[in-house]
Formats: sequence, structure tokens, C-alpha cells
Amino acid sequence: MADIAVIDYGMGNIRSVAKAIEHVAPGKSVVVSDDPDEIGRAKRVVFPGQGAMPDCMRELDARGLRKAVLDAAERKPFLGLCIGLQMHFEQSEEGDVEGLALLPGRVLRFPAERMFDDRHARLKVPHMGWNEVYQTTAHPLWAGIEDGSRFYFVHSYYVESGDQTLVAGFSRYPFAFTCAVARNNIFAVQFHPEKSQTAGLQLLSNFVGWDGVFRPGAVHARGAVSA
Amino acid sequence: MSLAKRIIPCLDVNAGRVVKGVNFVGLRDAGDPVEIARRYDEQGADELCFLDITASSDDRGLILPIIEDVAAQVFIPLTVGGGVREVGDVRRLLNSGADKVSINTAAVLNPGLVEDAAGRFGSQCIVVAIDARRVPGSATPQWEVYTHGGRKPTGLDALEWGKRMQRAGAGEILLTSMDRDGTRAGFDLALTRAFSDTLEVPIIASGGVGGLQDFADGIAKGGADAVLAASVFHYAELSVGQVKRFLADNQIEVRL
Repeated sequence: MADIAVIDYGMGNIRSVAKAIEHVAPGKSVVVSDDPDEIGRAKRVVFPGQGAMPDCMRELDARGLRKAVLDAAERKPFLGLCIGLQMHFEQSEEGDVEGLALLPGRVLRFPAERMFDDRHARLKVPHMGWNEVYQTTAHPLWAGIEDGSRFYFVHSYYVESGDQTLVAGFSRYPFAFTCAVARNNIFAVQFHPEKSQTAGLQLLSNFVGWDGVFRPGAVHARGAVSA
Repeated sequence: MSLAKRIIPCLDVNAGRVVKGVNFVGLRDAGDPVEIARRYDEQGADELCFLDITASSDDRGLILPIIEDVAAQVFIPLTVGGGVREVGDVRRLLNSGADKVSINTAAVLNPGLVEDAAGRFGSQCIVVAIDARRVPGSATPQWEVYTHGGRKPTGLDALEWGKRMQRAGAGEILLTSMDRDGTRAGFDLALTRAFSDTLEVPIIASGGVGGLQDFADGIAKGGADAVLAASVFHYAELSVGQVKRFLADNQIEVRL
């Protein structure tokens, strides 16, 4: 039985995720898997994703992995990355596709008319590079990571939920957008911890040691997403 | 505070070894690729770019184990380019641990390649590299696309080509000024500015860095989202950390 399964549905660079986890979890077995049974037996599951969300949804279903994902997201420590975060939600503007609806909310494109910085310079889409992540709730996965640490992002869409209790972190481009969500055993982020050097490896290491329990409560002082 | 401007050291790979040299002349072994990559990572490099300059296509696969080794130990984005001809090359590089693949000559020879690769793997991992040279005597500045390491003119207008590649699905443009490359006279700021004002995708400026002020100018005056340099880092004239501190002192946002 694998300690950690990284779900492989043919989209993107799954191997970098596995390599980074192996790096922080020596002695643990890490499998990259498209086998629902193997994913079902793993103790914890990572759900990555790259490319376009409609393609990700299609490939997930084509490989018969939807149920394995839903089952894991129900009961095990479950980490969503990038499109893996977006797929948790109900619907995406990208190709007007439906997500897995594990969490309430939508996936929206960075709106061209708002993409200017405070010096009126145009901001590029995709949002690509290292941006500051502000933690809005104390969570075991943020342990040892300084508030405002930079993580590596590359995306053109972001998630928005009416349920603010889901939000675990936000970033700004140029407006505040949700870049981390937490509910029960689920933690999901828009950025790429596997490519975010020290802070990213710390987050993955925290996931490897997490029991999947999260009780919302303590909120950071600088918390409000409206900030 | 928001998105940081990126500093990207570029490493040349020849037949499976990281090398340094000027314009392919006097190539010297630069040492263990993992060690070099790790040094740049420790200095604060935001990404690394590997350029395969291997002349013989038979030896080009030799870059794959290098990328694999680096990707297992350095956890920042890796871009790999040079000799990418078909979708299979993109797949092999991504599978070995590259996060982005840069396509140059093959994009011109086969314009469908960028669309295919972006469609299959996502725009986030497709960089189109454009080698541009100023067209002499034009009233408003114009640049022409060159291929084959800057040796072959194509007749294509660089800015029009950039727009076309953006439409085809390029997630980023690596823009090299052939006029400035190797001169240490600074980036071609008019070229960089023309691209950054016209395109929506991020622009990496390349070609011509000689000192600290050139990095700042590429970003502040050229509007580049990222700056790439090779020789100033290889010969340890500057460290990535030094560049970043200089930029921060000049009110440019960087990851420190």
C-alpha cells in the first residue's frame, strides 16, 4: 500500500510533483497512479492538474478516475494543486465546463479590464511567477511557513466562492483572489508548491505529516480577503 | 506588493555537459549541472533555463538525464530549449522534468507545432523563443525574426510573429535581441518595450546584459516580466542575489 498516491490522468507534469514529495518524505512510498484501486488504498492523495480545465475533466472521466477522486476527497488527507484546486468547484468559465462540485463556487478568468497595476502598467495573463501568499486561517499545512511567503504561480483563471469559511489564503493580482482553500481533510492551492523552493517543500512536508484533521478557528490578524 | 519580476540564469548544454563559451567558440566544461543549478537556486534564481546547443541531433537526447537530475534536486521552474522539433520532443523534455519547453526554429518551419504542443500540454509550458534583429534603415523601428541560432533571416516581422505565436498558444515569449546578444551593451529596450506593450503574455528579455543597471532597465524601461542572462552569472561577475538586491533598491519587486 502506497503512503502517497499522485493521481495521473495524463495532464501535465505529474512527475515534478512526485519528485518533490519524495524529496520531503524519504522512506515513504510515493506512486504516480491512474489505477482507482491503488489510489483507493493509498493513505493520502495528491490531485494535481495543468493545462485547461475542460481537458482535465475530460481526461479524468476518460480514465474512469472521477469516483476515485471523489472517494479520496471524502475521507483522506487530500491535496489539490493548480487545476486540481479549480476542479473542486462547481463550474469554470474556461470552456464553460462543470467541475467536481466538492466545494461551492466558480472558476473565473482574470478580467482584462482590471489587469493594471497601481502605476497603470498592464498586467500579463497568465499570472506567471512568484507572488506573496497571505494565510487567512491557521492550518497545519501552513506550519513553519511565514505569512506572505512567495510561491510560484502560473494560471489564467482563479476560484471564487461565496463561502468565505473555505478560504485559507489569498494573493493579489492586482486584486485579492483566493489561492488556498481548506475544508475538513481537503487542502487545495492555486500555486505550485513543487516548484516553490523552500516554502513549497515545507507545505508538501506538512501534508505528508498531516492527519487530515482541520478545525477552523484561529484567524490571522491580517486575514480578511477584502484587504 | 505583488508579483515579483523574475531573474533567470541560462545554462548552455553541449552533448550532455554544461558548458561555457562565447558564440560557440572555445566551449569549456562548466562543471556538474546539478551543482551549478543548485548554486543558482541558492542565490535566489526564480527559474532556470537550459539551452541545448548540441550541433549533432544524435547527441541531443543527452540533455534528458541532466534535466532529470536537476529536477530531482532543485525545486524551481525549469525551462528547456534548443533542438525541439516535434511534439514528441516536447513530451520527452516534460517527462524528464522540464516545466516549460522553449520552441524557436521549429515554430517557424512548422507553425502548427506551437498550437499542437499548447493544445496537448497546455500554454503554461510552451515558451516561444524569438531571435530578433533590427531591420536597418526603417523609419519606425522594425525587427526581423532569425532562426538557426540567429543565422537565418526569415522575412518575418518579429512583432507580428509574436502576436501570431500568442494566438497559437504560447504562454510566454523569450525575446532575444541578436544585435545585442554577446555585446554587453544592455537589452534592446525598444524591442522589449514593443513586445511588452503589444502582447498579453509575459516577456522574458534576453541578449546584451553587461551589468546591474541593464537588468533594471530591461524591467523598468523595457517592461520585461523576466530577464535572462548567461555569461554575467557563469563567470561569477554577478550573483543572482546581487542583481536582486540592486533591483529591490531601485523599487523593482523581486523575491528576496
